Amino acid sequence: MSNELFERLTRAILDGKYQDAVSLCREAVAKGLTARSVLENGLMPGIRKVGELFSVGEYYLPELLISGKAMQAAVAELEPLLNAGGGKFHAGKYLIGTVKGDIHDIGKNIVSMMLKGNGWEVTDLGVDVPPEKICTAIAEGDYDIFGMSALLTVTMPEADEAVKAIRDAGLRDKIKIMVGGAPVTQEFADKIGADGYAKDAFEAVNIAISLKGRTRQQEEIA
Amino acid sequence: MIIIGENINSSRRQIAEAIASGNREYIQNEAKAQSDAGADYIDVNAAAFMEKEAECLKWIIEAVQEVTDLPLCIDSPDPKVIGKVITLVKKPPMINSITLEPSRLNSILPLVIDYGATVIGLCQTRNEMGRTAAEKVEIAGRLVEKVTSAGIGIESLYIDPLVFPVGADSNSACATLDAIEEIMKQFQGVHTVCGLTNVSHGLPNRKLVNRTFLAEAIARGLDAAILDPADKQLLGALRAALMLMGKDEYCMGYIKAFRKGLLA
Repeated sequence: MSNELFERLTRAILDGKYQDAVSLCREAVAKGLTARSVLENGLMPGIRKVGELFSVGEYYLPELLISGKAMQAAVAELEPLLNAGGGKFHAGKYLIGTVKGDIHDIGKNIVSMMLKGNGWEVTDLGVDVPPEKICTAIAEGDYDIFGMSALLTVTMPEADEAVKAIRDAGLRDKIKIMVGGAPVTQEFADKIGADGYAKDAFEAVNIAISLKGRTRQQEEIA
Repeated sequence: MIIIGENINSSRRQIAEAIASGNREYIQNEAKAQSDAGADYIDVNAAAFMEKEAECLKWIIEAVQEVTDLPLCIDSPDPKVIGKVITLVKKPPMINSITLEPSRLNSILPLVIDYGATVIGLCQTRNEMGRTAAEKVEIAGRLVEKVTSAGIGIESLYIDPLVFPVGADSNSACATLDAIEEIMKQFQGVHTVCGLTNVSHGLPNRKLVNRTFLAEAIARGLDAAILDPADKQLLGALRAALMLMGKDEYCMGYIKAFRKGLLA
């Protein structure tokens, strides 16, 4: 029985039916399934599949967005139970913003939404964020990753400036840095000394997970 | 309808390669093809070359002017670059672009006056882009005010209400269309101009979306567009839309473009 319910939940996420996703979560919990099991067996396979379909060009941007919304709604439904059970659905803390001089925020907002759907706690610094503001946020918070986007060739150098500022403020070891945006490449990310580059929102989630994993490993070694 | 040919843009890989390798012929062929397809201005952009931008743009401008008499649309994020290259143009150019950002305005408006240029004004302040129709119209009003109070005629201003991906927000294209209509109504004599490709970001069959958007925008009063004039389906939609809006007397623009084989 529970398998069928999980499949329906996965389908609801794939189809971006957020009302179905929420009511199926309720149904599953009422039947005695744990919130964690609903999340891991019903919801996560759905959002992962959405990401895969998007990355191979079978799913289009609006489908990514609506599935992300369904995921967020379902997770919000389960969250009190997840927290009560002690096993918080928390992938990590992510700080995000667009670089100084760049006010294009559509891509950043999509990445932000996909991260939230995958259990990240996201703090959004907004657009046109100067390096000082980034450094203050990193210094005062306990974020795992800072992700920034630059949509224009002319604002790309600001990503470099941001990394330099983080380094100069002695904060580089405190955080992993990701960079993205239409003109940005892996080569550019390497050149400015970022830890990761993602070409789209789906990849951003995967890179975030792998960077966070590395953070943990390093902590264990230390 | 003013058609600004968008193809000579350094964000396109082939163009960037042609610039980097000094392939003058490639750039000139692009200019000729756009001119033959009915462009009114040839946009020239070398922004991807960053610190070498002015140098590259000069090279492009010289190459393009050897093969066409069309005026240029000087496209640069850097007002200093525009100031450096504008001395080379043979005809009054269009400048792409200003926003409400004061430093940009203050350095570009004098160039508009000195060179008898026209100018594209984005519905954008220093730190915000107009998203709703109301925001776009409000910013457009302030652009009109800045330009005309500098002593430039309103007919020299092309307002770009900004186009966002409809795939990220279902109401965004509608906001742009509403803004076009309102701007053309409120500010008599001003022009409106759009780029088209952003509207279809993240969607399948993008060109269909682009040309349908263009037709709808023309129906709302759009009178200039930045596009690929060699795209015959796009030009077909443009000529047909103008004709249907009563902006093509005796349908001769449409018929002539058809006879030249420019429509599909």
